[in-house]
Formats: sequence, structure tokens, C-alpha cells
Amino acid sequence: MSILAYNGGAMVAMKGENCVAIAADRRFGIQAQTLATNFEKVFEMGPHLYVGLPGLATDTQTVREKLRFRKNLYELKENRLMSPKVFSAMLSHMLYEKRFGPFFVEPVVAGLDPKTYEPFICNMDLIGCINQPKDFVVGGTASAQLYGMCEALWEPNLGPEDLFETISQALINAFDRDAVSGWGATVYIIEKDKVTIKNLKTRMD
Amino acid sequence: MSSILCPEIPSPGFSFENCRRNAMLEVKGHAMPKAQKTGTTIVGIIYKDGVILGADTRATEDTTVADKNCEKIHYLAPNMYCCGAGTAADTEMTTQMVASQLELHRLYTNRVVRVATANQMLKQYLFRYQGYIGAALVLGGVDSTGPNLYCIYPHGSTDKLPYTTMGSGSLAAMAVFESRWKPDLEEAEGIKLVRDAIAAGIFNDLGSGSNVDVCVIKKGSVDYKRTYDEANIKGQKQNSYKYPRGVTDVLSTKVVDIEEVSVRVIGAPEDMEIA
Repeated sequence: MSILAYNGGAMVAMKGENCVAIAADRRFGIQAQTLATNFEKVFEMGPHLYVGLPGLATDTQTVREKLRFRKNLYELKENRLMSPKVFSAMLSHMLYEKRFGPFFVEPVVAGLDPKTYEPFICNMDLIGCINQPKDFVVGGTASAQLYGMCEALWEPNLGPEDLFETISQALINAFDRDAVSGWGATVYIIEKDKVTIKNLKTRMD
Repeated sequence: MSSILCPEIPSPGFSFENCRRNAMLEVKGHAMPKAQKTGTTIVGIIYKDGVILGADTRATEDTTVADKNCEKIHYLAPNMYCCGAGTAADTEMTTQMVASQLELHRLYTNRVVRVATANQMLKQYLFRYQGYIGAALVLGGVDSTGPNLYCIYPHGSTDKLPYTTMGSGSLAAMAVFESRWKPDLEEAEGIKLVRDAIAAGIFNDLGSGSNVDVCVIKKGSVDYKRTYDEANIKGQKQNSYKYPRGVTDVLSTKVVDIEEVSVRVIGAPEDMEIA
């Protein structure tokens, strides 16, 4: 088993009409043994900017702290918010610096541009190759299942309510077929004037 | 001395901080994850007035299609583009870095940078890393010496050729070139040939797929045709699989309101008294 699957975890982000959503499961385990069901993998990096770091849990937290540090320094120096595009470039270069001894995370970034409120999503592999599609991105151990669910459920111009149902059902049905992820889920719906955070009821096995 | 207010300037180049830990994990039986690859078809030809580059748009992670429409023709300089195959992050980062070096070189010399210069930079960089940077490139451009086309291997060897292919679909694409390429092709003929070579890769190599990107470089102009040909059009969805609202069971909801940041525009400063 790959080290990326050591702790388990599933992650997905989707674009909607003037909104984006990012969702993740809440399990933290060591291989087949579940240790916690309240583990955060999605982090707030600004009012409209969220990053998900599925993969090896120790690296999830290390990379989160490194990102927070660099983002805060940027915002202090520049006196403006970091846009999702700049944030992704920063993260990508941070990961590529460790090309030959990587952090075991496959990041997912979701947010709205602080000026134009343009929806933005992207994901990366563990050495920082950015992938920026127009519809959805996935990461973590249930990524194969998530690709299938999203390919079927996603459609263009979903409003925040429909986007919530779509991303939630895509995630739940995907991780129910993955032994090392699941045990609850959190969904973030990011809109211009508010962010809605919902905890979902899921199977607990 | 470093502190929070005055952090140390980070050392340039790669960091090997995690290598020892990662090697330990590997010894313990945790396989190293695979990075995203562009199991690719990339090609380039020289035609009558310049160079034509072509690429497919599929990126794969093992056997999964990770990106259905990625960009494999990278910008290097206003007169130069470069197709990349191999490890996706390596081709992306290598070309970005060389692009910035070329721009500095252009500003320093005040001349249009030669393709041979870019070729030399790329091969020296790749040779230094002994093939561990998995970038296989097709470099094309037009400079004072005319059209130039290079093929660069991950270990740092290069070929200067009139037509070339790279990536997992290179055999399929080269079959097309070997049968149809000739010197001094017209532009339309050239584009058709490049399209057909990429299409041969898309349909005969499983590592290549989706669309055809083409980039035509002539003296003084570049025509980057992103999605020149949509070789694989997805069927229209006949029905919607959308879930009705309220299906998902919610345990708790939290709404965070985001206040509009008020910006006060300060008028132009008064002129200084200088009388």
C-alpha cells in the first residue's frame, strides 16, 4: 500500500455558478484502524480561499502550517489578500522544491478571486503539477470512485443549493466504496457574501 | 541571524529535507506514490516558413486519466515554444525556469534569443540531474538563423532535426511523418500533417488522448491554436442525474458571513508648498 493511503481520506472540489464547493471526509486512521472521526483536512486560507490536503496526515499538518506562514507573510508585505491563483502557484513551487523527497499530500484548492469573485478550483500531484479543469477536481484514496461519481453528477451552472447536493452525494457514494475513508463528511460552499459549512450524516463503518 | 521578522533567505535549488524519512518509509514497505505523467504524443516539424509544434492533451496518473485537457505546449520566449512529455511537474517547472532565464538573457543582450541557446540551457540543466528530472522535450522556434527544431531527452542529449516526435505515442506519430513529411511543406499541409501525427498517437497509444493542440511559429509571429481539433467529442448527456434538493442528511450547519471590505479612496495629496 502506498504511503498516501496510510491514513486514508477523500477530497473533492467543484465549480458552480458564482460559487465553489470543497468537501472532505472526517476519518483519521492508521491503515485499517480508525483513530478519530473529527479530523480536519480542509483549511481556511482566506475569506474566500480553502485548501484541502489529503494524504499522509503528518504532512497534511506540516504543509498547512508552512502555507499559513507563507500566506501571512505575503499578506503583510503586500497588504492585500492572496488570490487562489497566486496561492496555488506558491503551493506548487513549495511542493516542487521537494521534488526528490516530497510531502505526501495531493492538494485541492477551491476559492473565489478576492476582486472578481471568479470561481477557482485546482488540484496537484504530490510534486506540485497543477491541474486546472473547468468542472471538478478530486484527491485522496477514493479518487477513482470520485472521478466516476463527479463525471456522472456534475453539470454546468449549478447554484449553491444544487452544488451542495451534487458534491455531497458524489463524496458520500464514492467513499462508501473505500474502506479507509468516510466516517462523516464536511462540505464548504463558498459564495461571494458567505461560506456555509455543513457536517453530513453518513455511514459509520 | 534569523528571526520571525527577518527570516533567513532560503537556499536555492531542491530541498532534500524529507529524503531520509521517505527512504525509511520505503524500507518499511510503503511504496512511493507515482507522480502525474504525461504519457504523451508530442511532435514538431520544420516547414517552409517556420516550425509547427503539436501535442495531445491527456495527463495520466498510473492508468487513471488525471487531466483531460492539459496544456503541453509551453511558452519559452516570444519566438520559441516547447512541448513536454514525461513527468508533468518536471516539464512544467523546467520550461518555466528556462523561460525566465531566456527573458533575462534577452534583456541583457537586447537581441531575439536563439533557439540554440534555449537548447543548451535545457540540456545542461537536464544533464546535471542525470535523468532524474524526467522531462522529454521538443523545442521549436525561429530566430536569426531561421527555423530550428530540437529534440531533448531526459538525460541531456539532444538532436537537431527537421521533424521529430516524443513521448509514448512517438512511434505512432513518427510513422505518419516518415510516410508523409517532405522539405518545404506549405503551412496548411504542415498543420494537417501535425494534426494527423497527433491523432495517430491519440487513437493508437493509450497514454495519449483527448484533443490536438497546434502551435505555428513563423518569423515575427506565433499562432497558438489551443484545441485545434477536438478529436474526441463527448456525447451529449441525454438526461440529468442531478439529485433533488434535501436528499443529503445534514447534522449541523454553520454560516460564516463575509463582510464586504470597505475601501476608502483617499483623494490626491495636496501639492507641496514650494513658493
